[in-house]
Amino acid sequence: MKAGSNIERLFDKGEFVVTGEIGPPMSSNPSSIQEHARHLKGFADAFNLTDNQTAIVRMSSLASSVICLQEGVEPIMQMTCRDRNRIAMQSDLLGASALGVRNLLCLSGDHQTFGNQAESKNVYDLDSIQQLMMLRRMRDESKVWGDTDIKEAPRVYLGAAANPFADPFEFRVTRLAKKVKAGADFIQTQAIFDMERFERYMKEARSRGLHEEVHIMAGVVPLKSLGAARYMKNKVSGMIVPDQLIDRMKGAEDPKEEGISICVEQIHHLLTIEGVHGVHIMPVAWEKKLPEIVERAGLLPRPVL
Amino acid sequence: MIIGEQKTLKEIMDNLSGHGSILVAGCRSCVAICLAGGEKEVGVLSEALRIHSDLEGLNWTVGEVTLERQCEKEWVREIAPLVAEVDCVLSLACGVGAQTVQELFPDTRVVPGLNTSNMGAPEEQGLWNEKCGGCGDCVLHLTGGVCPIARCAKSLLNGPCGGSQEGRCEVDPDTPCAWDQIYQSLKRLDRLKLMEDVIPPKSWIPSRSGGPRRIMREDALLTEDEKRAKEGLE
Ligand code: SF4
Ligand code: SF4
Repeated sequence: MKAGSNIERLFDKGEFVVTGEIGPPMSSNPSSIQEHARHLKGFADAFNLTDNQTAIVRMSSLASSVICLQEGVEPIMQMTCRDRNRIAMQSDLLGASALGVRNLLCLSGDHQTFGNQAESKNVYDLDSIQQLMMLRRMRDESKVWGDTDIKEAPRVYLGAAANPFADPFEFRVTRLAKKVKAGADFIQTQAIFDMERFERYMKEARSRGLHEEVHIMAGVVPLKSLGAARYMKNKVSGMIVPDQLIDRMKGAEDPKEEGISICVEQIHHLLTIEGVHGVHIMPVAWEKKLPEIVERAGLLPRPVL
Repeated sequence: MIIGEQKTLKEIMDNLSGHGSILVAGCRSCVAICLAGGEKEVGVLSEALRIHSDLEGLNWTVGEVTLERQCEKEWVREIAPLVAEVDCVLSLACGVGAQTVQELFPDTRVVPGLNTSNMGAPEEQGLWNEKCGGCGDCVLHLTGGVCPIARCAKSLLNGPCGGSQEGRCEVDPDTPCAWDQIYQSLKRLDRLKLMEDVIPPKSWIPSRSGGPRRIMREDALLTEDEKRAKEGLE
């Protein structure tokens, strides 16, 4: 056991793990996180707390994670390379571990020009792979980067993101392999709409044996409207939304209902793919729908250890 | 070469306010190639300043000079008589040139006329691209001759981020994704294996984070005697 987090134990038992996502508020008021945590408790095994997602200033991921813990919900703290150098990253991990945060997701992060601080100076001292290397070293070798010993190493289960749809496609599985080599215990993928391409990706990952070295969780995003589907197809880089899904949303009488149905079907499909050990549901600003999705996908009740 | 771009006429005029005699100093090197501060630009800008002075009744005197290289003391010293006549030098060189002029003429104010942008190359007529971030620890041998520090918006060292799409960078679709280019280059060079290696955290000490950098070649330094002899010759 590396950290003893809920999701680590579930993965170890061979359970199909479900994670969700809670977006921290653009405010110093904790109530929205508390409400989401209470409402979503029991419907997923842990929740990602995003780190200034799309480079928009929000409550910190660390603080938001601790608020979740106080509600009895397991957090996955996200940490981007955009805003901190290796000193801040290591310091935040020591602090997070001290406060009881047991999962951390390493990310390069959305570029600052996408958010509300476009003029800021970015950091990118490390990339997400180097970040994994460094944080794993802290946990497994009790060393900060360089050679200084840590008296009590942080206890953390390390995650990384993967985008099977970015280019060059042939390199995506190699990059996954690099993340595994660098220290990823689990992987959450970008939202999957193009199942055919994801199947090819998983086939390649299996051929390298990666599905046995790391727990791959497939990402899904429920579509809320035709506009949202089009937005993701055209505006979100690294995302592929097949036309057939756009058509389905277009023809739907109740687009919201259709979006949920599509999401549930996707989860059913993902459950059949060898090497997929869980699903990561990202209901961007639609957190309240998560219980319905999990229930209709037949993933309830969540196992309690 | 160093790439720069002229500041707006408005900003230049504002920065010159309070001065009466101005020497516009250009440079025949990099900034001439990027059409920002060579002899031609010195002429055009000087004329614009004169017109502005006439229209506003400012009574400016505007002199012109273009040096071979404004970053080298030998060349800069030659304009001492011209600088003695003015109360301000408007430097159309890069930031290095402007600072060299200020160092040699500490009592005369030097105002920059350019925004110095980066180290790059002329791509085609009218187009300049950044190529090197001067990180002080070159990795081009690992990256197919394409710089990930300067040319990737996130300075990544281990492959493209999730936003790379059809060879374009997520930050700006008009910019090629550096890591896509690295991948294609390594493929052509039959060195794709390099993409599998994890490149560990980089030392940024030889880069900006160690303060201003200095390179000293002991074997090339002159002794005190040699310095004196050289001055005697001049
Ligand atoms: S790796 Fe460093 S030295 Fe080499 S081209 Fe890039 S920035 Fe310049
Ligand atoms: S798309 Fe390519 S160039 Fe742009 S930030 Fe990502 S890896 Fe770097």
